[in-house]
Amino acid sequence: MKVDNKLIDKLARLSKLEFDDESKESIKKDLSRMLDFVDQLNELDTEGVEPLIHVNEETNKYREDEVTEKLEQKEALKNAPEHDGFYFKVPKVVENPDDK
Amino acid sequence: MRTYRTLGEIRADIDRNQLTLVDLVKSYLQNIEDTSHLNIFLEVFEDEALAKAKDIESKLKSGTSGRLAGMVIALKDNICYAGHKVSAASNILEGFESLYSATVTKRLLAEDAIIIGRVNCDEFAMGASNENSAKGLVKNPVNPERVPGGSSGGSAAAVAANCCLVALGSDTGGSIRQPAAFCGVVGLKPTYGRVSRHGLIAFASSFDQIGPISQSVEDSALVLEVMAGHDSFDTTSSKLRVDKYSEYSDFKPLKIGYIEECLTNSAIDDEVKKTTEQLIERLKTKGHAVEPVHIEELKYLVPTYYVITTAEASSNLSRYDGIHYGYRSDASEDIDSTYRLSRSAGFGPEVKRRIMLGTFVLSAGYYDAYYAKAQKVRRVIKNRTEQLFEEYDLLLSPTTPTPAFPIGSNTNDPIKMYLEDIFTVHANLVGTPAISLPLSTHPESALPIGVQFMAKKFDEKLLLDFSHNLMQSAALKK
Repeated sequence: MKVDNKLIDKLARLSKLEFDDESKESIKKDLSRMLDFVDQLNELDTEGVEPLIHVNEETNKYREDEVTEKLEQKEALKNAPEHDGFYFKVPKVVENPDDK
Repeated sequence: MRTYRTLGEIRADIDRNQLTLVDLVKSYLQNIEDTSHLNIFLEVFEDEALAKAKDIESKLKSGTSGRLAGMVIALKDNICYAGHKVSAASNILEGFESLYSATVTKRLLAEDAIIIGRVNCDEFAMGASNENSAKGLVKNPVNPERVPGGSSGGSAAAVAANCCLVALGSDTGGSIRQPAAFCGVVGLKPTYGRVSRHGLIAFASSFDQIGPISQSVEDSALVLEVMAGHDSFDTTSSKLRVDKYSEYSDFKPLKIGYIEECLTNSAIDDEVKKTTEQLIERLKTKGHAVEPVHIEELKYLVPTYYVITTAEASSNLSRYDGIHYGYRSDASEDIDSTYRLSRSAGFGPEVKRRIMLGTFVLSAGYYDAYYAKAQKVRRVIKNRTEQLFEEYDLLLSPTTPTPAFPIGSNTNDPIKMYLEDIFTVHANLVGTPAISLPLSTHPESALPIGVQFMAKKFDEKLLLDFSHNLMQSAALKK
C-alpha cells in the first residue's frame, strides 16, 4: 500500500487534522509502516467467517426513555471554551452572501 | 509507618488502635511528595482525602463503615470524578472538570474508599510506556531509568511506590497488566462487560475495561466485587450475577494450558522464559495438569488489535471538537478551522497517528480489506480461544516478552512499541478476564517479571481463587 501526500491529505481532511510539511513526512512514514504491519492479516484465510461485531452475547438491553439525570444550563456551559451565559459561542458557521 | 500490602492488614491495625486512618492518609501523602520526581500524580486531593479519613474513622468506630473503609485509591486520569479535573493526560482536555462521576467511582465511594488523587497515563490510554503523556513521562519506581509501562503507568507506579493501596486503571490491550508486570504489582482486567465503563473516557469501546491494580490479589478481588455488575448507563455491562470474589475457595487442581507460541516467540527475554518454565514445573508439582497449547494466530493478534482499536478510536475521538468543552485554538476563524486547529494542537503525535490509521481502515474502498477483515480474524481468534477453554480452566503466558525497558528505547518505532502488547491483547480481543501476577524478579537487573493467567469469560472467581492461592504459596516460599 503506497502512502503518498494525496492519501495523507485526504485522511487529514476526514479526521479534521492538519500536518505541516515536517510532520506530514513523519506521519507518512509511520502510516506506511503501520499499514505494512497490519497487511499481515491478508495471510490468513477468513473465507466464510462472519465479522465479529459484538464481543458478548448479551445485546440490546432496552429500557424506558426516561429522564433520570439533568444538567443545569450553568453546569452544561461550565467547560465551554467560550459562552455568553446562555449559549455556546462558536466562530461564524454560515457566511452572509452579501458580505462577499 | 509500616508498608501495608492489604486492606485486611490496615483494618486489623486500626481495630487494635495501632493506626489511625488520618495517619495512614498522611503517610501516603508523604510518599507522594517524596516520589514527585517520578511524575506519578497529576493532582493530589489532599484536603479532601484528610477530611474523608476523619469521617470514615468515626464510621469505623461506630461500626457503620462500608466495605472499603481504610482503602486509599488513586484514579487513572481517564476516570471521571464529579467536581474534579480529568484530562486523559491530553492537552485537548486541559482544565476540563467532570460534571458527573463514573459508575466505578460512585461505587467505590459508596463503600467508603478514599480517593487520594488522579494519576498520569498515556494520552487517551494510547501507549505501552507512559511516554505519550502530555503531562510528561512517568518513571518506574523500581528503577527510575525504566518506563513503568502503559497506558496505566501512573496507576501501577502509584501502587508500587506505596502512594496508595489500590489504583484503578483501564485496559484496552494490556494497559493494566503490562504496567503491573513492569512495576511488580497485581493487575486485573475483568471480562468485557463485567464492569461499567460509564464515566471512563472512551478509547476503543469493544475493548476497554476498568480494573484494579494492587499489591495483593485479595484487594483486587474485593475492589472488583464492589465495582462489578450491571449499570443502566452502559448497555454493554452484563446482568450476570457477580460472584463473591473476596471469599476464597480452597485449593483445587486445575487444567492449565500454557501458550507455547509465547515461549518460543523471538522477542522473549531468556529470564522471562525461564521464570515461566519454572512456574509451569511448580504448578505441576502442586497438582495442576499443565500442558502446552497452541495459538497459531499469535502473530496476527497485534495487527488485528490495531486495525479495530484505531477505527473505534477515530470515531470516539471525533467528539473533541473545541466547541462544547476542552481546548479551542485561538487561531480559529470559522467552524472548520476550529475543528482542525483545535484538534491538531490539542492531540499528541501518537493519538493523531491512531486517528489517521483508524480513519484509513474505515474509509470507502479500504473498509472491507482492513476493518471487516480484522473483525473476521477477531472471530477466528475468539473461536479458537473458546475451543481451548472447553478443555482448559486457565491459559498461562508471560505478561510481557521482556521486563521494563529503558526510557526512550522504543519511542522512534511505533511498531516495536505496539508489539509490547503481544501477549496481553489476546484477552481484549476475545473479552476474557486476565490477571498479571508479580511472581519473580530478573536476577541481573532486579526488575519485576509478571506472569499472566486468562480465564473463561465471567470466570473471575476461578481466576482470583487460583491467583490468591498461588500468591500465598509464593509468599511462603520467600
